[in-house]
Amino acid sequence: MTIIARRIAQLLVTMLMVSFLVHIALEANVESVAVKVLGQYSTAAQRQQWLIENHYNDPFLQRYFRWVWGFVHGDWGQSSHYQESITVLMKPRLLASAILASIALAITIPLSVTLGVAAGMRAGSPTDRAVSTLAILITSVPDFAMAAFLVAVFVFGLGWLPGVSTMAGGLSLRELVLPVAVLVLASTGYLARITRASMIEVMAQPHIRTARLKGASPARIIRYHALRNALLTPITVIMLQIPWMISGVIITEVFFAYRGFGTMLYQAALNSDVYLVEACAMVSVVVVVASQIIGDILQRWLDPRLRTE
Amino acid sequence: MIRSWPLRVAIATIGVWLLTALLAPLLAPHDPLVSFTPLLAPLSSDFPLGTDLLGRDILSRLIWGARPVIMLSLAATLLAYAIGVTAGLVAGYRGGFVDSVLSFLSNIILSFPVLVLYLIIIVALGSSNLNVIIAITFGSAPAVFRILRDITTSIAKRDYVAAAVTQGEAQWRILLVDILPNAAPQLVADFCLRFGYGVMMVGALGFLGLGLPPPAPDWGGMITDGRALAFAFPYLVLVPCFAIASLVLALSVVGDTIGRIRQ
Repeated sequence: MTIIARRIAQLLVTMLMVSFLVHIALEANVESVAVKVLGQYSTAAQRQQWLIENHYNDPFLQRYFRWVWGFVHGDWGQSSHYQESITVLMKPRLLASAILASIALAITIPLSVTLGVAAGMRAGSPTDRAVSTLAILITSVPDFAMAAFLVAVFVFGLGWLPGVSTMAGGLSLRELVLPVAVLVLASTGYLARITRASMIEVMAQPHIRTARLKGASPARIIRYHALRNALLTPITVIMLQIPWMISGVIITEVFFAYRGFGTMLYQAALNSDVYLVEACAMVSVVVVVASQIIGDILQRWLDPRLRTE
Repeated sequence: MIRSWPLRVAIATIGVWLLTALLAPLLAPHDPLVSFTPLLAPLSSDFPLGTDLLGRDILSRLIWGARPVIMLSLAATLLAYAIGVTAGLVAGYRGGFVDSVLSFLSNIILSFPVLVLYLIIIVALGSSNLNVIIAITFGSAPAVFRILRDITTSIAKRDYVAAAVTQGEAQWRILLVDILPNAAPQLVADFCLRFGYGVMMVGALGFLGLGLPPPAPDWGGMITDGRALAFAFPYLVLVPCFAIASLVLALSVVGDTIGRIRQ
């Protein structure tokens, strides 16, 4: 439990550090903040007026801690582009991305673990070679290229699916198929490779040989003797992959015009929407570090040795 | 394994793209920025891959487009290595406070998606080649640091390093001559993979319209340009997609093979 508490403390420190760095990058130069919020055609006098009204004449640290205070209390500021409270904007977008990402993960994890275990059971077998080749092939295609290939086949070629996922008429499963497929393909290959390597390592251990000599069936060996150990590394890796997956989610959402968190962050950056970018950066850090903590908890659950330290 | 055909094809592919980037002015049949009269011309001997929406020769744009993709990702990867290797050696060898600070920093950076970082840089500084390099370096250096730090920590305990210290060898010599070579095979394998990530990321930034300014050809940008007409002219999108996928795949195959030889 102390470990989890320590990790949560780490999460808070990381968030504080990141928010501070992001603040330096985006708000140290007050003149440019005024230009971004009021637009390029604002006059110098208007900007001065705005800076005074919004307390930008205060020292940097004071402004930073005021922002932290607001952020903690649910006041994330106003988006200068949408002229709307950021917390209000954020909710539906986060929900949309959570739907996309959780469906993708719900398919990716069982799929890649199955493939990895099947391949790693016997290194060098035809299954192993097929899975390994497929894995390296799909990990090497960038998300946007994978999306383009899938669209070429399933939208333009076969005409089975829509090429954009704007969800204009409410939540549509048909529109979710392609973005989910891109995300699944982008991470399945890598995870399957990691699971395979971990499985090979476990299968070479003496207790597996003993089980085999006792006459345990391959299914029993995998289920009771190998799987738990073989999953330790992939769990760490999944959690370390989360930042990479967030980048993938942004690209996929933009490609399919899916109205999620990624598209919002992308458009916020294009519009120089300073406060919205800051809030999005904080959200992505929370997602990453929180998933690392979940990974820690899962590992502890799988590996009793970690609990007794 | 070195003679396996996938490896040969991969090395050849990387070689072809490197040469293409290097010799772009000689290889490209046309100026990549000039428009020719038949817009969206079909494939012909004059325009082997046709022309795009603005009548520009696609083959020439593909050839010139190899330059920014390869140069930016290579520069970023090399820079990430310079930083990651130095910091990793020092942290692993010294341990203690230096190690804690550097490891903490690298963990913070690793918890930040590269694309989010780049979007922040865009808002703060605007988009430019240098900023693309900075963003990718930021994303890669902590991972290189981790590899080096772990290897150095384990090797610094060996007897021959202690012997070198006793002999009064200079610290930089111990780090570079006695310790670094041990990490070489893993670093070469990792370099190929990371170079591939760099290519993916430069492509992604081009695709998002955040890489180079519009008229300059780059593969990611070509994909975005072509998307409006992809339903009728799918090759506008597929050609640059194949280019980028082939380069990343080749780099992964080489990195993967070196990684397996090491084991």
